[in-house]
Amino acid sequence: MANSDLTMPLAISPQYSDWLRRERRSRLTVRAAQLAILVVCLILWEILPRLQIVNPLFTSYPSAIWPTFLDMLKATPQQASIQTHTLSTIVATIVGFTAAMIIGTAIAAALWWWDTLYKVLDPYLVVANAMPKTAFVPIFYIWLGATLSIYGMSLAISLFITVLMIYNGFQGVDPNKIKLAQSFGATKAQILRKVILPGSVPTLIAALKVNAGLSLVGVVVGEFQSANLGLGYLIQYGSQIFKMNIVMTAVTILAIVSSLMYLAIAALEAAVMRRR
Amino acid sequence: MPEAKVELKNVGLRYFGPDGETEALKDVSFAVAPGEFVAIIGPSGCGKSTLLSLISGLAAPTEGFVLIDGKPVTGPNRKVGYMLQQDYLFEWRTILENALLGAEIQGFPMAKARDRATQLLTRYGLGQFLNHLPRQLSGGMRQRAALARTLCTAPDIVLLDEPFSALDSQTRLALADEITDILRREAKTVILITHDIGEAVSMAERVIVLSRRPGHVKSDHAIRFASANSVRPSTMAARDAPEFNDYFKKLWQELDIHVED
Repeated sequence: MANSDLTMPLAISPQYSDWLRRERRSRLTVRAAQLAILVVCLILWEILPRLQIVNPLFTSYPSAIWPTFLDMLKATPQQASIQTHTLSTIVATIVGFTAAMIIGTAIAAALWWWDTLYKVLDPYLVVANAMPKTAFVPIFYIWLGATLSIYGMSLAISLFITVLMIYNGFQGVDPNKIKLAQSFGATKAQILRKVILPGSVPTLIAALKVNAGLSLVGVVVGEFQSANLGLGYLIQYGSQIFKMNIVMTAVTILAIVSSLMYLAIAALEAAVMRRR
Repeated sequence: MPEAKVELKNVGLRYFGPDGETEALKDVSFAVAPGEFVAIIGPSGCGKSTLLSLISGLAAPTEGFVLIDGKPVTGPNRKVGYMLQQDYLFEWRTILENALLGAEIQGFPMAKARDRATQLLTRYGLGQFLNHLPRQLSGGMRQRAALARTLCTAPDIVLLDEPFSALDSQTRLALADEITDILRREAKTVILITHDIGEAVSMAERVIVLSRRPGHVKSDHAIRFASANSVRPSTMAARDAPEFNDYFKKLWQELDIHVED
């Protein structure tokens, strides 16, 4: 019968409540250890420069970041506010990975549709994927200009891996499911729409996970070169004028942004997988 | 005799590969009358499943013709429903949505198809599971959902490719009984592929034996049970009938299976 019927709500036995307690304790231990690592790192970062064990000029302090952050909230004639910088980076990242997902899925679908096209392009895709895309930052700057080169870098860095991952996902759909659809007389477009795409949702989410991280890398690297806006620019600017407070504040915000992105995708994954 | 529903005329099929040609079927000819329930048995690798691919129009013969209602098969035909070895329910669709797959692909009016699928699923004991996902169902229930998916488009001819092979033996017997009953009551023309002689004898009124590769028709047996009012017994009753063992032995000898090869 249905699997869900197997776990009957029984009265809680002493053994079961024991087991629950052990489970809870082990979960708490993991959380506590995770938090401890973060705290220890922050403490070391605060203490080592203060004791002059490392040069504070190079590392700044965690306690300096909050005042710097508050300071940067206000825009000055020379400098946009930190919110504007952060927003610019986030928008470019979202544009980058959305474009990579849409274009990547479209290319993967084309490769699935025309098998010969895949056979022809396969070596180029593999090489393009293996190439260090960051080497193209100056070239993109020349070709695309200040703003577009950031989007370009973000897309370039995540597109090829997206195509390869999604194409592999398409190939991994059970051929018998395709045979089943064909036995009803399904056209190729119907097979793509009703079998291949819905059957590849787990792959699409895996690609999205990889993509979001890579797009952020692409945006920050792009901003190093070309922008006067964005967290990548702030890092570059701060290090040039040797203001580590600015650099570390930008890095901290980047860490928070990527954590939030990870959480958002994990929530999406949980929502989609509940139906499977 | 009425015109054959399905007819194979001197059908041959060769597969091509880098290492050469493989002859899967050679000069296969037989006809199936409307409403007839035929089982095809043969040693493994004799091209049994290939035969169904040809009849369903998923593959084309290299020699000869496959005819349905006297017309050559050129591709998948709406008169044919094909049940594969496993249910292959889509895990992202509910049971009802799965049963509607064929109707969607063939562009049926969906409101009507939905009613029909609901009706079929309810009749097969899945009425409470319409909005469940396949993984929440047992193997037997899943295969019944697959039957509803096949019959939802109302095919005249149903091809069964070892449809019980993925099930445990009790479920297998019960489901064979149930499905045979359903298909007979709806007067479908049925071609069943199986490697299980007992299944063939108990379900079908005619058994065709294929030779080893390249497969051709080795013999053709009518299966008759003496019964009170000339009504075909259920598969369970057939297994208990005195004729069952005779047919079983005869077909076993025909199959000529040696363990050493």
